[in-house]
Amino acid sequence: MDFRNAVELLEYCEVKNKSLSEAMLEREMTLFHLSQEKVWERMKHAYAIMKRATHLPLEKDLKSMGGLLGGEAKRLYKRYEEGKTVCGSLMAKAISYAVGVLEVNSSMGLIVAAPTAGSSGVIPGVLLAIQEEYALEDEVMVQALFNAGAVGYLITLNATVSGAEGGCQAEVGAASAMAAAALCELMGGSPRECLDAASTALTNILGLVCDPIAGLVEAPCQKRNAMGASNALISAEMTLSGIRHLIPFDETVEAMYKVGKSMPSELRETAMGGVAATPTACQLCKGIF
Amino acid sequence: MKVMSVFDIIGPNMIGPSSSHTAGALRLARVMYKLAPQPIKEVTFVLYGSFAKTYKGHGTDKALVAGLLGMEEEDERIKEAFNYAREAGLYYRFEINDSKHYKHPNTVEIIVKGGKGEHISLTGASIGGGAIRVDKVNGIEVFFTGEYYTLFIIHQDKPGVVAHISQCLSKYEINIAYMRLYREQKGTIASTIIEADEPLTKEVLKAIEANPAIYNAKLIHL
Repeated sequence: MDFRNAVELLEYCEVKNKSLSEAMLEREMTLFHLSQEKVWERMKHAYAIMKRATHLPLEKDLKSMGGLLGGEAKRLYKRYEEGKTVCGSLMAKAISYAVGVLEVNSSMGLIVAAPTAGSSGVIPGVLLAIQEEYALEDEVMVQALFNAGAVGYLITLNATVSGAEGGCQAEVGAASAMAAAALCELMGGSPRECLDAASTALTNILGLVCDPIAGLVEAPCQKRNAMGASNALISAEMTLSGIRHLIPFDETVEAMYKVGKSMPSELRETAMGGVAATPTACQLCKGIF
Repeated sequence: MKVMSVFDIIGPNMIGPSSSHTAGALRLARVMYKLAPQPIKEVTFVLYGSFAKTYKGHGTDKALVAGLLGMEEEDERIKEAFNYAREAGLYYRFEINDSKHYKHPNTVEIIVKGGKGEHISLTGASIGGGAIRVDKVNGIEVFFTGEYYTLFIIHQDKPGVVAHISQCLSKYEINIAYMRLYREQKGTIASTIIEADEPLTKEVLKAIEANPAIYNAKLIHL
């Protein structure tokens, strides 16, 4: 059992009356001859790492290798605790967690690359925030990771999730699409709605360049993880309200891939374009190396 | 390309900050950890391209040392790898090579000296998402990724050796995915690399090494 695009995945889900997460779990068990228990335990371990990575920066002071980050999660969490946020409590928490995971990553801590290290804050950010908001069980969250995995798998197979290949739109774009789909399933959305939410998230970030200051996974990556998390939330919200997405998922992914390929290499992780090429960024570079 | 798993997407679980510059670097060094006779006493890492430019900010140096100590991508001791190296009596150094003669921007050459003074070298690249590619072992151009259950065999280049290896594998019901043979000159030393679908046990290794034409057989699986 396998699927190579969203059309095949949706057909499978509709015929068998399965969710995206169930389809992805079955795919893993069939293709790798593994028991459900074994696959589940491994995903549970990934979720535990995500959870720890969202909370660690609230407890400890972490200093990034390049020195461009540190303490952002605490600042955001403080605003959430004080109850006077611009974003509302759920989004405030999600972005605090998302930026926190990037603090952990950039200080050589343990994270789950989902789908990459540079975009590792998006999925834990939204999943942990929604879990706490609605008091969801861990088991439900682990299930949702299979949904996110299905979306990420299709993007990786048919396009790319690498910033060096497709820019930030591919990297944080994919993470955001994965998170949007997972949120949809958690809130009772159908497989089609999950993919609509994913397409929406991907479309919203279309064209975003990858321009890391000093070539490090620090800035602007950290803030873009917060953006990816909030984009996932609004994409899921729009879809669940009944707003349809006009372009099907497979076509959206193809469009993203084409945009990525037409980006000059300066805007694909080489730190030679975008904000990485500004005079201030170059000055910061000298301080690091 | 191997069939993609959900854990290639929700994963790998790794010490940051970069799958290519940290996790991939560590995996390259771990290949050397598996190839070299223990204990490794000395190592030189020669960094090329992007590795040479950004290794400090990515912790590439710590990841390389950690990999050579046998640590895995999830190991939270990686950050303190230099201390662990000192404890283990491993002397390490880094060299920057500015030449543009590399196949991939994230390339490293690892040269180790074992306990008995023997030298082994390996050149490889971190090709993205933590995946790696080994390009050279002891100066001979090779190719393997460590994704499969990999056997690296150094042997005499003479008739019957490859047949012996494949007989051993078939006896233990191991299906070969890929098999490649490399040699410098006819009749001297050759390297055979086997990539298999099934896990390779120590018994298989012993059976292969029983032939006097086999100098060395190592298991590499990342």
